[in-house]
Amino acid sequence: MTFDLFVIPFFGGLLFLIGVLFYKYSRWIALMDASDRVKAGMALFSVSLLKTLKEIFMESLLHRRMFKRNPLLGYMHMSFALGWLLLIAMGNLESRVYSGGHINPPYYPIFLKFFIHDKRVLPFEIFTLPGFFRFTMDLLLLFVLSGLVLALFKRTRSKWFGLKRTTKHNSFDKWAITSLWLIFPMRLLAESLTAGIYKGGGFLTNTLGSFLAAFLPEQSLAYPAWWAYSTMLGIFFVTLPWSRFMHIPTEIILIFLRNAGIKQGKYPGSFSEIELRACPRCGVCIDVCQMNEAGLTGSTAVYFIRSLREQQSDVKLNSNCMMCGRCLEACPVGIDTLGLRVGARGIDNRLMTPDFAYLPQKPALEKKAEVVYFAGCMGHLTPAVKSAMLLIFKNAGIAYNFLDEDGSICCGRPLKLAGLAESASQLQKENTRKLKETRAKILVTSCPICYKTFHSDYLLEDMQVMHHSVYIDKLIQEGNLVLRPAGFRAVYHDPCELGRGSGIYEQPRNVLKQITELADVAEERANSLCCGGSIGELQMNATQRNTIRNGAINILCESEPEVLVTACPLCKKTFQSANSIIVKDIAEIVAENMIKTGVKQKQTELAFMDAGS
Amino acid sequence: MQKKAINFGYSITPDRQIDFDANDRGICKRVALAEPSLNLCISCGTCASTCSAAIFTDFSLRQVILLLRRGETQDLEKAISKCMLCGKCQLVCPRNVNTRNLVIQISKALGERPPVRQG
Repeated sequence: MTFDLFVIPFFGGLLFLIGVLFYKYSRWIALMDASDRVKAGMALFSVSLLKTLKEIFMESLLHRRMFKRNPLLGYMHMSFALGWLLLIAMGNLESRVYSGGHINPPYYPIFLKFFIHDKRVLPFEIFTLPGFFRFTMDLLLLFVLSGLVLALFKRTRSKWFGLKRTTKHNSFDKWAITSLWLIFPMRLLAESLTAGIYKGGGFLTNTLGSFLAAFLPEQSLAYPAWWAYSTMLGIFFVTLPWSRFMHIPTEIILIFLRNAGIKQGKYPGSFSEIELRACPRCGVCIDVCQMNEAGLTGSTAVYFIRSLREQQSDVKLNSNCMMCGRCLEACPVGIDTLGLRVGARGIDNRLMTPDFAYLPQKPALEKKAEVVYFAGCMGHLTPAVKSAMLLIFKNAGIAYNFLDEDGSICCGRPLKLAGLAESASQLQKENTRKLKETRAKILVTSCPICYKTFHSDYLLEDMQVMHHSVYIDKLIQEGNLVLRPAGFRAVYHDPCELGRGSGIYEQPRNVLKQITELADVAEERANSLCCGGSIGELQMNATQRNTIRNGAINILCESEPEVLVTACPLCKKTFQSANSIIVKDIAEIVAENMIKTGVKQKQTELAFMDAGS
Repeated sequence: MQKKAINFGYSITPDRQIDFDANDRGICKRVALAEPSLNLCISCGTCASTCSAAIFTDFSLRQVILLLRRGETQDLEKAISKCMLCGKCQLVCPRNVNTRNLVIQISKALGERPPVRQG
């Protein structure tokens, strides 16, 4: 017997799912740019495929990043993904033991225990081939069921899993998750009841089967149980493409495309469509989002992505985000949430058409210097930072040009974050011209927002872009600047654009350690908090911003430091407005604690100090 | 044939009375709905004095808001297109007006308004 009517819900569901996936995959390929398609095609036959396979194994099956977040959460996801895959693979091999090595119809291995009752195998036998399979299959089922038990606990005890808040599901998600959760208990029930009737099964199904036989009419219950098992599989497969579980077949594609070197590109486009569906709505991004503190719970990355996927893009939801990148850092799938947000904002704000033809085409600065300094809009708003930097240049004896002494042309990053990349490029063009005309080797900027865009969006050829904290570190290492310890207690706040945005964590700390007693902060480096002043945020009101700012200050000042040091004029201005702690920029701290004045004086001054001691 | 007037050294300035009946103040209402902090503005002009764009051209958010409130929206589109969204005005505003979103919302409201009928 190799067929029974009850396999139809499963088999029909599977065929439906394959059909839908085939349609979706073809659409994605059709939507792709021709050059990306070539890249993807090449990647199929290159070494990057090995990397892709490894990443799929590590992330989609083992859930490495989930484990890093929380071991229990990682185990739960692994038991479902790896356990189920192994069940399918082992089941397939087991079915071949009975079919003489032939490939069977897809439903046959899934419902093998219904079709085959091998009475030669004892329930606890593991050293024969059929016995080994029977044992392993029961073990794997137990593995998946253990994950299911954890998933049930997660509903009420999410804190055990490192999650304060979990994702709210929509109706497709509820159908899919209910059927998914019922699949494995139904399989256990069906196999156990059948094992009870035929005195077969492995260590798990045989034991449960014999136990149930004591008080249940197994003969009449087994067949309905197989129907239930098959139906649950069918419901899961049919709802999958519209539920969060679409991430299973999509994440694999995303990993492949990413390793093939394909970028997000235009929104909406093929890659962004894939990213939207690769989101498993695991909810890891919810807790890290500071917007929750301001009561803006609806615009968290997971709900933002869902709104785009369901074609219900909402201006408020798209605008309410500080673009701090904490969700990006936490996302186990590595979805570029910020890029998607910028894309969606571009559509929202398409009616805004800035025109910067008025910018003066002034000739280059007369003076030639190795270094050009750009204070930026925010640098001009915090004159202390600007003056401190000029003092440092002077004391280190560096010849510099102050590019925006008479006022900055914005770097373009605020426009870019509002989704208006084309308008931003007008500003980029003008700034690039001005910068290139200085013929400087190093561009020093005080604002991490400018730094980020100068560094990653501008084409400045051989001009090196440096944030002032990095430049100060360089001056110290080259011996052009000597600092004296001042001994006060300080904490350092990593600005989003400098830390997470540009990966600069160590240089500011190296500098500060020479002057202050630097204390650690609970949320620092890649987990650093946003100050709340973000120019990436478009709609949040001042009260909400203040709530976020105060929350960040509370965590930063847990160790009761005397000074809160940051490296961003905007962060400084924001924190300062709370009036609860002295806030200083790293440049100010350095300018106040330099003992050396200029390269030329270096030798004499050191000699003097030697003589004095 | 035009008569040549005697030049007395002064001229007649155009009528500056604000006709609220003729002006379109609907745009201001729409913007205020989208960005309620518009209503907090006291026209102090701090925004205009710190403006990055104002260094290079005559752009004043204070003036934009005044014209918007009066419903004199004819030339606003051109004025608002000068903004670089840098956010300095938002940081200095003593009334915490969300100026960046205000600029976006004004552009949107102006862009969405039906084309002006000719003649």
